[in-house]
Amino acid sequence: MITTTGLTKVYQSRGREVTALDGVDLHVREGEVYGVIGQSGAGKSSLIRCVNLLERPTAGTVTVAGQDLTALAGRGRRAGKELREARSRIGMVFQHFNLLASRTVQGNIELPLEILGVSGQARTRKALELLDLVGLADKAKSYPGQLSGGQKQRVGIARALAGEPKVLLSDEATSALDPETTRSILQLLRDLNQELGLTVLLITHEMDVVKTICDSAALMRNGRVVESGTVTGLLATPGSELAHELFPVGGTASGPDRTVVDVTFHGEAAARPVISQLSRTYNIDISILGAAMDTVGGNQIGRMRIELPGRFEENVVPIGFLREQGLQAEVVDGEPAGPAGIPAQTPAPHSKEVAK
Amino acid sequence: MTWSEMQPLLTQGTIDTLYMVLWSAVVTVAGGLPLGILLVLTDKGGLLQNVLVNKVIGVIVNIGRSLPFIILLIALIPFTTWVVGTFIGPSAMIVPLAIGAIPFFARLVETAVREVDHGLVEAVQSMGGSIPTIVRKVLLPQALPSIVSGVTTTVIVLIGYSAMAGAVGGEGLGSKAVTYGFQRFDNQFMLITVVLLIVIVTVIQLIGDGAVRLLARRGRTTS
Repeated sequence: MITTTGLTKVYQSRGREVTALDGVDLHVREGEVYGVIGQSGAGKSSLIRCVNLLERPTAGTVTVAGQDLTALAGRGRRAGKELREARSRIGMVFQHFNLLASRTVQGNIELPLEILGVSGQARTRKALELLDLVGLADKAKSYPGQLSGGQKQRVGIARALAGEPKVLLSDEATSALDPETTRSILQLLRDLNQELGLTVLLITHEMDVVKTICDSAALMRNGRVVESGTVTGLLATPGSELAHELFPVGGTASGPDRTVVDVTFHGEAAARPVISQLSRTYNIDISILGAAMDTVGGNQIGRMRIELPGRFEENVVPIGFLREQGLQAEVVDGEPAGPAGIPAQTPAPHSKEVAK
Repeated sequence: MTWSEMQPLLTQGTIDTLYMVLWSAVVTVAGGLPLGILLVLTDKGGLLQNVLVNKVIGVIVNIGRSLPFIILLIALIPFTTWVVGTFIGPSAMIVPLAIGAIPFFARLVETAVREVDHGLVEAVQSMGGSIPTIVRKVLLPQALPSIVSGVTTTVIVLIGYSAMAGAVGGEGLGSKAVTYGFQRFDNQFMLITVVLLIVIVTVIQLIGDGAVRLLARRGRTTS
């Protein structure tokens, strides 16, 4: 649905060149919720703005719904008619909502319809319908200044849907909201994704957002996509940084002569009581040091850090059992820093997210 | 002078002043509003970025603003005569008054429009809005309270200018004050014209403030 190839964006800033995007290849399939995560300055914002060409990419192409948008861009800074038409079929929601304070809620939702040239009565009907969809049917005549943050974002979402887009871009839509409101907005996005078959590309710096609603995710750093794939696919990838961040586990061995193992659950094996089977089969005591499990789409996925008595050499067989069950088992060596393969610049994946 | 002698002079003076000020204000808004918007749009990073146009408008506006009005008034006499046919009288004064106030108002509009949150522009762009749409539906409505407040300030500046215009062939309270109050040493008359001007300025300021309040009541929080 959305494909970018070799997307590059270089900014000129006081004679210096700043590369915000460095050859980003992204592929978002139709009907999925795709999350791009990264720290600020990683290039997420530039990426999402390049998708509807609010920013002109320096190089590379963007294709949305089979249409090559970069080809429509033309030379000048002004957006031509074709590009504007293409944009009207891509909804966008913003971190700071970007509602017009001088218009009522209904007026804000009618704005894209005015741009599309929809007649007055049809606009009103559509706006009220959309307000109902986002659960704000009673706020049509209110002004944005009278709404809470969550309500404003609902208006923003209703407005983004006015042109009946197939694709919704979400630019940190929940970053200005409290956790509870964040959950309700994410739930709304999820519902819209399922009910309307809407493809959602969102950028965020919150792992929770990815964990809650994303089918697929990409990790960005320094303008590049470091890792990407479906959430289950990432979990199945040994040493995946995103999987470690999405399902962080902590805890260190309670003493010497203990083996610490990180077990990753995904797919079928997650449905079976593997840990208790392990315990019974080999008659060993297992301590759970930490776990991060979630049910995504009816499947249990996540990671668990367990401790087995005895050194690694003594536990080769039980670990083999876990692997036979289709689980991934990685032995954690004595390093308290966590699994190998995580670069030092990732701030303690084990403590950051667990606290939430 | 007795009151019955003063009264027709004051009435005519007030009418002439209001006539000059209001018409020149209309011309000023018609000329200054597009200039102010153009200054923002053509600026670096603007939607219609055009360094040359921006610089040219900027220089013209700055020249217009740095000339003392009384000089501009005299310098424009040929131009005024060409446009109106004469350079004397209230109608002729509308030309230099408007030309003097347009750069001032254009800068006020520029400041007001520049303060509009760029996120709103981006939102309308993402809906497929064209630049005229952005100006009409975002920049102008969002900047309206500031622009109205700028109109108030401009009208009051125009009242000051119109009094000066009175000294160079114009009509209005300024001219009456010069002729009767200053040249005939009639302090009482002078005092009354001053009070009248203060009343006019105050009423205009009150109307302007009221209009801004009315516009701002629509829940003008930045979001």
